Amino acid sequence: MTLLSIRNLSVEFHTEEGIVRAVNEVSFDIPLGKTVCLVGESGCGKSVSAYSLLGLVSPPGRVVGGEAILDGAAKQDLLKLSGKELRSIRGNRISMIFQEPMTSLNPVFTIGAQIIEAILSHQNIGKYAARKKAISMLKQVKIPAPEQRVDEYPHQLSGGMRQRALIAMALVTEPDLLIADEPTTALDVTIQAQILELLKELQADSGLSVLFITHDLGVVAEIADEVVVMYASRIVEKAPARELFANPLHPYTRGLFNSLPSLGGNADGRLQTIEGSVPDPLAFPTGCKFWPRCELAVDACREIEPGLRTLAPDHSAACDVIEGGSRD
Amino acid sequence: MGMLALAFLGLLAVIAFFAPMIANDEPIACRIEYTRADGATTNKLYFPGVKETLRQLPWIGPALFSAAPPFSRMDFKFKKHFKPGRDWAIMPPVPFSPLETSGDRIQGYSGRHWLGTDELGRDVLSRLVYGTQVSMRVGFISMGIAALIGLCLGAIAGYFGGWVDMIISRVIEIFMCFPVFFLILAVLAWFPPRIENIMIIIGLTRWVGIARLTRGEVLRLRELEYTAAARALGAGPFRIVFRHLLPNALAPALVSITFGIAGAILVESGLSWLGFGVQAPNPSWGNILRDGYGLMATSPHMIPPACVAIFLAVLCFNLVGDTLRDVIDPRTRGRGA
Repeated sequence: MTLLSIRNLSVEFHTEEGIVRAVNEVSFDIPLGKTVCLVGESGCGKSVSAYSLLGLVSPPGRVVGGEAILDGAAKQDLLKLSGKELRSIRGNRISMIFQEPMTSLNPVFTIGAQIIEAILSHQNIGKYAARKKAISMLKQVKIPAPEQRVDEYPHQLSGGMRQRALIAMALVTEPDLLIADEPTTALDVTIQAQILELLKELQADSGLSVLFITHDLGVVAEIADEVVVMYASRIVEKAPARELFANPLHPYTRGLFNSLPSLGGNADGRLQTIEGSVPDPLAFPTGCKFWPRCELAVDACREIEPGLRTLAPDHSAACDVIEGGSRD
Repeated sequence: MGMLALAFLGLLAVIAFFAPMIANDEPIACRIEYTRADGATTNKLYFPGVKETLRQLPWIGPALFSAAPPFSRMDFKFKKHFKPGRDWAIMPPVPFSPLETSGDRIQGYSGRHWLGTDELGRDVLSRLVYGTQVSMRVGFISMGIAALIGLCLGAIAGYFGGWVDMIISRVIEIFMCFPVFFLILAVLAWFPPRIENIMIIIGLTRWVGIARLTRGEVLRLRELEYTAAARALGAGPFRIVFRHLLPNALAPALVSITFGIAGAILVESGLSWLGFGVQAPNPSWGNILRDGYGLMATSPHMIPPACVAIFLAVLCFNLVGDTLRDVIDPRTRGRGA
């Protein structure tokens, strides 16, 4: 069952220096109750893709093409909804949590007030019932003493606690899809593990789908069912997590895995890197956007932009050079 | 310094509100025996000063304290019927009303009239106390109007940007060019020189600073993640601006408002001094100063009290504004105050 099906999503930013195509013909599905990880380095378009699903890309950026069909009684195309229709979906069927728990909560309201607001803006229940719901949600995200915490201000909470409060705020309306934009990046590793664990538990309880945006492959390994790798505005590889970790195909994905430090690796171990740097979005290379950094590049790569090819079951990559199915 | 100034402003506010219990020719409380026209004698407690004070409360005051005892209206003159020995009364510390004339004209400071009397024999201290009322009212109400306009327009300009911001910013620039004082003089040529009109004009012209500060602050805040979070939760634009952003953007505007109150008090005093503000015989600091100015050559005793009152009020509002700014802006913390 597919909850959200994204087809050929393209987002452009019309800046004074020129048109930047931040997201280019991106297509992937988010299955019901599964976690899809959108992986890539900074500026590859992963956040913009997610924001555009909720109509949160603000000018000069705008969605220039594609569709995102949300399954439900009416199959709605998120990219074509009016502002009012979008607002009824935001925070209700699709919620979002953000990278910086420090700044994602409004400093002048108690966390309770913010959770209650989320409830009341989508559900027609009384204030007292909403408050009770907020407290039980805080309990669900394992905030100790929720009856007291509910009346505390964001600055009284630690980073991990704030991220929990944000998750409570996002999930209190029982959405179908949670978009998590690097929710653990700003947290230290132990808290990060706790939050991931919490997300997995909540997901198991509620059948929630998650679109998880990250650049941390460790986090991907922890949480992903499906992985979509993006590079310079395009999807370069998508596969189920297990398959991708066992058998990365695209040279970029391989590079990413190779550049991970490993415990007990070679002692003289210099970290492997991908040569070069991310291309300037105003001047993407012609052909495959990865060729200037690619070890396997051939002349044809400079001319022809490769499309996604299915190279193994459920596993596709956008590279014309590599052979499918080879497990090495 | 800031706390001291704030305490003094608190004192001024108290003086302003309790003026009828501080300076009045009627007592705070009294018991008077009185034979009415129909021959019946009553001997009741009256609280005319208290009543007059409470009647000032907006909306509820006039409704609550119109007739019923124990604040009942005395249907007789206190001075005429009061007999020492038979009746008793607790008089306010300044037992003169601001409009009450007497034979003691142009007297210097004395035990009876602490700050002397003016040309018509009115007690200067009593007038000064009621002048506080005028100044506080002008300061707060005019800046209240200005804050309302400035905060709303500034927040809208900052959040929506684009052509909305463009128009509001140009309007702000146009309003910044108005010489407020002369505009008020011009407007008062058409409208009756009432204190309400002055408050409205000051409010309608002084909002620009507040609007600019709020706009800048909202411009910064709208990029923060909690704005995105609010949008992602399905909040509409006006809800985001007025509920989520404005409370966070208040701090710099508050500083501007505090300075604005000082400015408004100064403008009102200036207008009253010129005779365009509070109209005679009603007291205001500017009026007292003008009355004193006419007599300056022979008896300058009225000048210092009015000057000191204006000076201290303006100074204290500015000090409070300064302190607020130091508290709000961490970069200046540790230097001032």
